[in-house]
Amino acid sequence: MPTYRAPVKDMTFLLHDVLQIDRYSNLPGFAEATPDTVTAILDEAAKFCEGVLQPLNQSGDAEGCTRHDDGSVTTPTGFKAAYDRYVELGFGGLTQDPDYGGQGLPHVLGFAFEEMMISANMAFAMYPGLTAGAIACLSATGSDEQKRAYVPKMVEGTWTGTMNLTEPHCGTDLGMIRTKAEPQDDGSYKISGQKIYISAGEHDLSENIVHLVLAKLPDAPEGTRGISLFVVPKFILDDAGEPGERNAVSCGSIEHKMGIHGNATCVLNYDGAKGWLVGEPHKGLKAMFIMMNAARLGVGLQGIALSEVAYQNAADYARDRIQGRSLSGAKDPDAKADPIIVHPDVRRMLMDARAFNEGARAVALWGGLLVDLAEKAQSEEERQEADDLISLLTPVIKGVFTDRGFECATQAQQVFGGAGYIREYGMEQFVRDARIAMIYEGTNGVQALDLVGRKLAKDNGRAVRAYFKLVEDFCADHKDDAEMAEFTAPLQAALGDLQACTMWLMQNAMKAPDNAGAASTPYMHLMGLVVMGHMWAKMAKVALTRLDEGSGDMAFHENKLITARYFAKHMLPETGGLRAKVEAGADPVMALAADAF
Amino acid sequence: MKVLVPVKRVVDYNVKVRVKADNSGVELANVKMSMNPFDEIAVEEAVRLKEAGTATEVVVVSIGPKQAQETIRTGLAMGGDRGILVEYDAETEPLAVAKLLKAIAAEENPDLVVLGKQAIDDDCSQTGQMLAQLLGWSQGTFASKVTPGDGTVDVTREIDGGLETIQLKMPAVVTADLRLNEPRYASLPNIMKAKKKEIAMKTPADYGVDMTPRLSTERVEEPPERQAGVMVESVSDLVAALKEKGAL
Ligand SMILES: Cc1cc2nc3c(=O)[nH]c(=O)nc-3n(C[C@H](O)[C@H](O)[C@H](O)COP(=O)(O)OP(=O)(O)OC[C@H]3O[C@@H](n4cnc5c(N)ncnc54)[C@H](O)[C@@H]3O)c2cc1C
Repeated sequence: MPTYRAPVKDMTFLLHDVLQIDRYSNLPGFAEATPDTVTAILDEAAKFCEGVLQPLNQSGDAEGCTRHDDGSVTTPTGFKAAYDRYVELGFGGLTQDPDYGGQGLPHVLGFAFEEMMISANMAFAMYPGLTAGAIACLSATGSDEQKRAYVPKMVEGTWTGTMNLTEPHCGTDLGMIRTKAEPQDDGSYKISGQKIYISAGEHDLSENIVHLVLAKLPDAPEGTRGISLFVVPKFILDDAGEPGERNAVSCGSIEHKMGIHGNATCVLNYDGAKGWLVGEPHKGLKAMFIMMNAARLGVGLQGIALSEVAYQNAADYARDRIQGRSLSGAKDPDAKADPIIVHPDVRRMLMDARAFNEGARAVALWGGLLVDLAEKAQSEEERQEADDLISLLTPVIKGVFTDRGFECATQAQQVFGGAGYIREYGMEQFVRDARIAMIYEGTNGVQALDLVGRKLAKDNGRAVRAYFKLVEDFCADHKDDAEMAEFTAPLQAALGDLQACTMWLMQNAMKAPDNAGAASTPYMHLMGLVVMGHMWAKMAKVALTRLDEGSGDMAFHENKLITARYFAKHMLPETGGLRAKVEAGADPVMALAADAF
Repeated sequence: MKVLVPVKRVVDYNVKVRVKADNSGVELANVKMSMNPFDEIAVEEAVRLKEAGTATEVVVVSIGPKQAQETIRTGLAMGGDRGILVEYDAETEPLAVAKLLKAIAAEENPDLVVLGKQAIDDDCSQTGQMLAQLLGWSQGTFASKVTPGDGTVDVTREIDGGLETIQLKMPAVVTADLRLNEPRYASLPNIMKAKKKEIAMKTPADYGVDMTPRLSTERVEEPPERQAGVMVESVSDLVAALKEKGAL
C-alpha cells in the first residue's frame, strides 16, 4: 500500500524563507498568513489529506464511478463522506473572497494545499478543483446576481462546478462547437447540444452542480469570436435560491479511462436546458479563459503532486528492497545483498524526481504568489508586472510540469522493478493518473504554442524581457559570491540558451511559422529548466545563508544544497540539447511526406 | 460547568526520535512538535461536553516553552475558549506540573480537569493522579467513557481484564485513554478564530511554584538493536530454543 506524507516543511521553507510572504503583510489576506497560522493550516490540511483522502485513493481507483440507469452517478465508496468532511472543515474557502464566505487567504497558500490534496487523491481533488475554477470565472465575469446566487454555495462546497468546452468533434479547436443557445422570453436561454469528457459532470457529492457551458447564440459569428458562456445549474434555483426543478441536462454515459477513475468523466446531454448568459454575448471564450488559466496552474500542480507521492514511495522502497551489491563494496555485509538505494542508477531516478519536485514546487508557489500580486499588489505597475509574469509562466507550469511529473512518476515506478507494474503496490496508478494532466486543459502541445505564439510576442515581449531581467539581476547580484558560483554559472549559461532561442524565434518564426510550431515544445522545456534553475539558485542562497548562520535545521539545508547541485549539474545542462532542437528549425520535422508515415 | 484541559507539547508521534550525541537526552532541535495525542483526546472530550451543552467553558492550559502557545492554539482551534500558558523552558516533571495546575485550578474553579493519561515523551502517567491528590478531588483515570450527571460524573475505566465504571463527585480529575474518542481535525474557520482567542501568559513564579527538578538524567541511550532472528525447523526445535533462552 502506498503512503503519503505532506511536505509541510518544504512548503513552509518556500513560503517564509524563499518567497518571504511576510513582505506582503500590507496586502489583503497576507496579514493573516503569519508563520504560525500557515503552519497550523498546513498541518491540519496534511492530517486531512493523509488521514482521510489518501486511504481512499487506491480503493477509489479500483472501484471507479458508477452511472445508474436513471442517469445518476455515484462516486467510489467513501468519497461522499470524505467530501462532507472537506466541506465541514471549510477548506474550500481557503483563498476565496470573504464577501462570499471565504477566508481570503493568499493563493500561494492555496497552491500548497492543492498540491497535498492531489498527492493524496487526485481524482477526489478534481471535484473541488473544478469548483474553484468555476468560482474564479463567475466572480470575474458573472453579474452580481449570478455571483450572489451561486458563489457562496460553491465556496462552501455544498455546490460544485464544471467546465463544458469539449464536444465530440472538437477539443482544441473550440471555434467549431455546435451547442446552441436560444434566447427565451424570460431572459434565459435554451441550451441544446452534447458535451463530452466533462470532469465531475455528474456525481453524488454535492446538492447542486453548476455547469459553465460554451455555446453559440443564433446570430453568432463563425469561429472563436462567436462563442458565449452560460451558467446551467443541474437543479434550477427556486425563488428562495435553493435547488429546485431538475434541469434538462443529463449524464448520457461515463468514460472508461486510463486513470483518475474516482473522478466521473461524463457525456452531458443538454436537451433544451435552461441557462443564463454569463458576461457579454460572443465573449465566452475570453471568460472561460479565466477559468482555464486558473485550472492550468492547478493541472501543473497535478504533475508535481503525483511525482512527489510517487517519489516518496520509491525512496522508501529503495531503502528497503535488497538486491545486488554496491559497486564500491558491500554496504550491508551482514545481509545477503545491499538495499537498491546504493546503486547509482537508482539514485539517478530518485534524484531526478526529487530535484524536479522541489524545484517545480518552488516555481509553482512563486506562481501562486504572482496570482496574488496580480490581484492585490498596491500599485498598478506591480499588478501589471505580476500579471505579465504569471501569464508567461502558466503554459510552462502546465506543460513542463505535467510532462516531467509524468516522467518522474514512471521513474519512481521503475525503482520498484516488476512490483511497479503490479497493481497492489500502487505505483502504476500514479503513472496512469499523471498521464491525463498532459492532455486536458489544452494539450501540452497547445501550451507550447500558447507560449511561443502568444505569450512571447504579447506587448512587444514585455513579459519575457521582464523575466530575463529578473534572472540576470539575480545572477548579477550574486556574481561576487564564490559559494553561489556553482549555481549561478550554469543558470547564466541556461539563460543564454533561452535568450538565443528567443532571438532565433523572432528572426525565423515570422517568415516561416512552422519554425515556431516545431520549436515550441523544446522551447517550452528550455524555459521550464531556466525557471526551475532560477528558483533552485534562490533556494541554494537561502540554504547557504542559514548554514553560515548556523540557524535552523542544518540537515534540511544541507540536503537542499545537495539537491540544488544535482539540478545544476544533471538537469540544467539539458538546455543545450533543447537549444539545438529549436535552432534546427522546422525542416527536419516537416520533411517527411504525410503519406509516408 | 467549566472544564480545564492541560496539554503538553511533545515530539510528534510520527517522528523517529534520536538520542543526542552527548547522551544527555533526545534531540529536540528542528523536530516536529505537536500536542500530546492523549491530551488531544482530552480536548476533544471537553469540546464535546461543550457542544452537548454540558460544559460552558473550556480552558486549555500548558506548561512549557513559548512555542507551547501553538499547542494551546491547536486546542483553541478544536473548540477551546481561551488559554493559559505558564512559560517554562526546561524539562517539566509531573509533580511541579501538578502543583502549577493545582494553583490554576484554585483560580479558575473548574468542575472537571480532563487531561491525557500520560505524555508520549516521558510516559510518566503521574500528573493527573498527583493533581487529584494535591487538590483532594476524586479521580477517574484511563477513561474510555465520560458521562456527566448531576454534580457527579460517571467514568468508565479500562482496567486489566475489562471495564470498570465509577461515579465521581465533582469537581474531579479525569485522565483520557486512547479509546475515549477520536479527536477531530480543526476546521479552517476555527483555526482562524483561534488566532483571536486569548492566551494568558504566566510564569511559575506567578503561582509561587518551585520548578527545581527532583530527578536528574544520568544518561540516555538508544535501545539495543534487535538481533537477527533464527529460523527453526520444527515445533520441537522452537520449544528447545525457547527453553534454552529461559523463556519456557
Ligand atoms: C479525463 C478527461 C477529462 C476531461 N475533462 C474535461 C472537462 O472537464 N471539460 C472539458 O471541456 N473538456 C475536458 N476534457 C477534454 C480535453 O480538454 C480535450 O480532450 C483536450 O483539450 C484535447 O482535445 P481533443 O481531445 O479534441 O484532441 P484534439 O484537439 O483532436 O488533439 C489531438 C492532437 O492534436 C494536437 N493538436 C490539435 N490542434 C493542434 C494545433 N493547432 N497545433 C498543434 N497541435 C494540435 C493536440 O495537441 C493533440 O496532440 C477532458 C478529457 C479527458 C480525457
